[in-house]
Amino acid sequence: MYDLIVIGGGPAGLAAACAAWEAGLHRVLIVERDRELGGILNQCIHNGFGLHYFKEELTGPEYAGRFVNMLRDTGVEVRLDTMVLEVGADRRVHMVGKATGYRVEEARSVLLAMGCRERTRGAISIPGTRPAGIFTAGAAQRYVNMEGWLPGERVVILGSGDIGLIMARRMTLEGAKVLACVEVMPYSGGLNRNIVQCLHDYDIPLYLSHTVTEIRGKNRVEQVVVSKVDEQRRPIPGSEMIFDCDTLLLSVGLIPENELTRQAGIAIDPRTSGAVVYENMETSLPGVFASGNVAHVHDLVDFVTAESQRAGRAAARYVLEGAGPEESALEVVSGDCVTYTVPQHIRPGRVEQGCELFFRVNRVCGPSRIAVTSGGRQLAAFRRDCLAPGEMEHITLPRALLDKADGAITIAVEEVKAG
Amino acid sequence: MYDVLIIGCGITGAATAFELSKYRLRVGILERENDVADGTTKANSAILHAGYDPLPGSLMARLNVRGVALARQLCTALDVPYSPCGSLVLGFTPADREALAELYRRGNVNGVPGLALLTGDEARALEPSLSPAVTAALHAPSAAICSPWEYCLALAETAVRNGAELHLETAVTGLYPTETGWRVETSRGELESRWVVNAAGLDAQVVHEMAAPRTFTLHPSRGQYFLLDKSEGDRVGRVIFQCPNEHGKGVLVTPTVHGNLLVGPNAEPVEGDDTATTAAGLDFVRGTALRSVPSVDFRTVIRSFAGVRAVADTGDFVIEEAAPRFLDLAGICSPGLSAAPAVGEYAAELMGRAGLPLERKASFQASRRRVRFKELPEGEKARLAAERPDYGRIICRCETVTEGEILDALRAPIPPRSVDGVKRRVGAGLGRCQGGFCGPRVVELLCRELGCSPGEIVQDRAGSWLLARETKGGKTDV
Amino acid sequence: MKELICIVCPRGCHLKVDEACGYTVTGNGCPRGEAYGKRELTHPTRVITSTVRCTGGAYPRCPVKTSGPVPKERIFDVAAALDGITVEAPVRLGQVVVKDVCGTGADFVSTRALPQTDEAAGGA
Repeated sequence: MYDLIVIGGGPAGLAAACAAWEAGLHRVLIVERDRELGGILNQCIHNGFGLHYFKEELTGPEYAGRFVNMLRDTGVEVRLDTMVLEVGADRRVHMVGKATGYRVEEARSVLLAMGCRERTRGAISIPGTRPAGIFTAGAAQRYVNMEGWLPGERVVILGSGDIGLIMARRMTLEGAKVLACVEVMPYSGGLNRNIVQCLHDYDIPLYLSHTVTEIRGKNRVEQVVVSKVDEQRRPIPGSEMIFDCDTLLLSVGLIPENELTRQAGIAIDPRTSGAVVYENMETSLPGVFASGNVAHVHDLVDFVTAESQRAGRAAARYVLEGAGPEESALEVVSGDCVTYTVPQHIRPGRVEQGCELFFRVNRVCGPSRIAVTSGGRQLAAFRRDCLAPGEMEHITLPRALLDKADGAITIAVEEVKAG
Repeated sequence: MYDVLIIGCGITGAATAFELSKYRLRVGILERENDVADGTTKANSAILHAGYDPLPGSLMARLNVRGVALARQLCTALDVPYSPCGSLVLGFTPADREALAELYRRGNVNGVPGLALLTGDEARALEPSLSPAVTAALHAPSAAICSPWEYCLALAETAVRNGAELHLETAVTGLYPTETGWRVETSRGELESRWVVNAAGLDAQVVHEMAAPRTFTLHPSRGQYFLLDKSEGDRVGRVIFQCPNEHGKGVLVTPTVHGNLLVGPNAEPVEGDDTATTAAGLDFVRGTALRSVPSVDFRTVIRSFAGVRAVADTGDFVIEEAAPRFLDLAGICSPGLSAAPAVGEYAAELMGRAGLPLERKASFQASRRRVRFKELPEGEKARLAAERPDYGRIICRCETVTEGEILDALRAPIPPRSVDGVKRRVGAGLGRCQGGFCGPRVVELLCRELGCSPGEIVQDRAGSWLLARETKGGKTDV
Repeated sequence: MKELICIVCPRGCHLKVDEACGYTVTGNGCPRGEAYGKRELTHPTRVITSTVRCTGGAYPRCPVKTSGPVPKERIFDVAAALDGITVEAPVRLGQVVVKDVCGTGADFVSTRALPQTDEAAGGA
């Protein structure tokens, strides 16, 4: 019987396992499907990681390496090349691996840290032919950075998510010609710094409010047609541009990988596509926690780390102190301009000093006020100079404030008119 | 000298090869592409129709009903994913009710078992997701779904195991009558055969005209589809049709044997094998499907695709000896998949009547098994993974496909030569991530087994190269 | 007055740099932004991350970065300097792969440890 089984050895799983160990759990197992720990960080060879957590700028492998080293100083067990097939409601974890065969392990607590996957061409149904040469940006990143193969020579990128922007620069440095980055929204989905250092530095044009409306080429991509879109994101006839290219990279969003979660009967929030979680990242199934990109897609690994440490500590507490008494929970409602919040439920009795609350807005906002209301009364307000859907926001709600809540808490954002 | 050369290894060619491999004959199959099932067979509705639709007396009617009966045993014997789920044709209007009654009559004449006319409520009792606007339905319990490419592969593989010779990447460029039969000119040299069977799908008219004057014209008809994630797989339990119209059997909503939901097709004339999808076509499919099942969640689409079927202007399958010892199996549009084994049987019968000696082989083996790890019970999984550790390594996460299954496929009688070839055999890359994660590992396994470099691996057909060159300035001198 | 987006950290501050007034920077959220704003208009630099060929490890490439910023206009020369290089596993984290790349004063250093595989060790 394990105290904790962590499913996934990426940044979330590593941080959670380390934190749970430090908090006093001594039978902890990480199950990782890849051949090494570190998850997607191993292929993110660019820098920009760790500014919050380590106060220095690291590359993905360096960031992962630090946690792998930390883990080495613990007694956490690791099973590599092992895939979890099922998590039972009784916290029996079914797994299969080349070295260890099929195993069923029992655990007092389980932490879901499976990360996310990329949206594909199918998900956005781009019309046209179906030739080779259409890659998700992450798949291309794996080929270029780990396998040492360049997927193509002339590239168009659809979507301005960070991985797409990073790959624009990466493929350019390997001698490919990146012709354009095309974004259907009127603003970029990636970080501003990546627009500058990945596109501007290499004179790669960014077409906002445009999308790929047709893929051409019988066996390999030969052309893509790019059209301007109107405010409803419908292509505008007559605005077509044709790019001769052999490759289309897609950076059109990430989807938390929650097949195991669903199978276990855990409640899923359709807005995050992740499990519905309480303030300590516990899911609707007692003793099962979720953190990192499997709970909601993050922009910065530093926040994944922080969230996962909280989840790891919470799992430890669950095991060491028991489930605790049943407590009433406040629902957190996404108000105006807010796409989702994590957590979705807060049990004020479980909050020590403050509860961190993460959310995204559904459009770009200038100077704004984040209002926290409950029962028609405002509990708190926070100011921000600007907010964007591509950048996760977070606020901390003090315990005292939660105690004043009257039923559900609503988080809303309103722009403050200048002057 | 071959006894029979079959041109084309789609479902029709494969079924014919399978049938002929039961006899003491030297059988060859010539396939232009690098894999079997690479044309119409890989992109269709995957449905074994009950057989109420074709006009009584037609080849389509007879071979459809016989074909689905054969398919039931064949799919079991050859380990092809198959589900006898039945179908419903929906009616919304009084005119539809007439049409359903006509299909019911036709079906009974065609010998379709178990047909029943239902009210809207009866239909909704079977399928709760159906639209409230449905007022009548025709239930056909003998309709089924299958995996068309695995069906084709299983037939071809069994034929090969029983002695048939498959020549991939071999395109027929000319047919010349000889005293004993035909000289077949191909992209890989010349072959001689007593008989030639034309199962060339969309190119059947071209092949026909190499051997005989024109007797039919093929009109390629394209159908576009959406494949939805398994989260939608239970939306319906049966194949849901609307009333057939001038555009064919109409847009259907159906579960697939892999647990997904398939929605489509429209029908539109195209030139050649143009399998591109279009925004208008996909919109039409989406809108029409929602009329049958309003709750289909199109946000869970994982792939859209199109297939082209060859429709003959004769209004029926074209199955005849068009020139001495040249047998056409042309215009095999829907219900071609349903009819396939019956077409093969009929083809053998016609050739037999025309003098081909059909002497049964005692050695013929019609059974085939493959490991599907994810479908096994826990104990069996444990036993397999212990016995062969490569069954313990999951390569495709979405579909739970193991390295062992991919290696089995790579060592089978018709090994895959492409990433999609692996997908069609074992399902790796068929799921929601569409190969994003497993692609590089499938490439690695292909390289290892085929003894080649990643730069030589193709996605699907020849020319569908996957990777341009090595990083760090191109080829290394290793 | 020149407007820039700071690339020092993911915050992406909108900087204003006054060239006429000794490159004074406003809009920065931290001192590093100020330094960036000045440098970007006087002599812009970037840290370059890439990979290098590697034999005997679990992967045929090892990730690397420049040990410090290099002049922006030298990016392509610096990246190309890796083309002819092959390192052999085991590779240590921080191992120098190219010293003083293109005379910039920065080294290319490995950003991960890449142990020798059992096969490679057995063959050696």
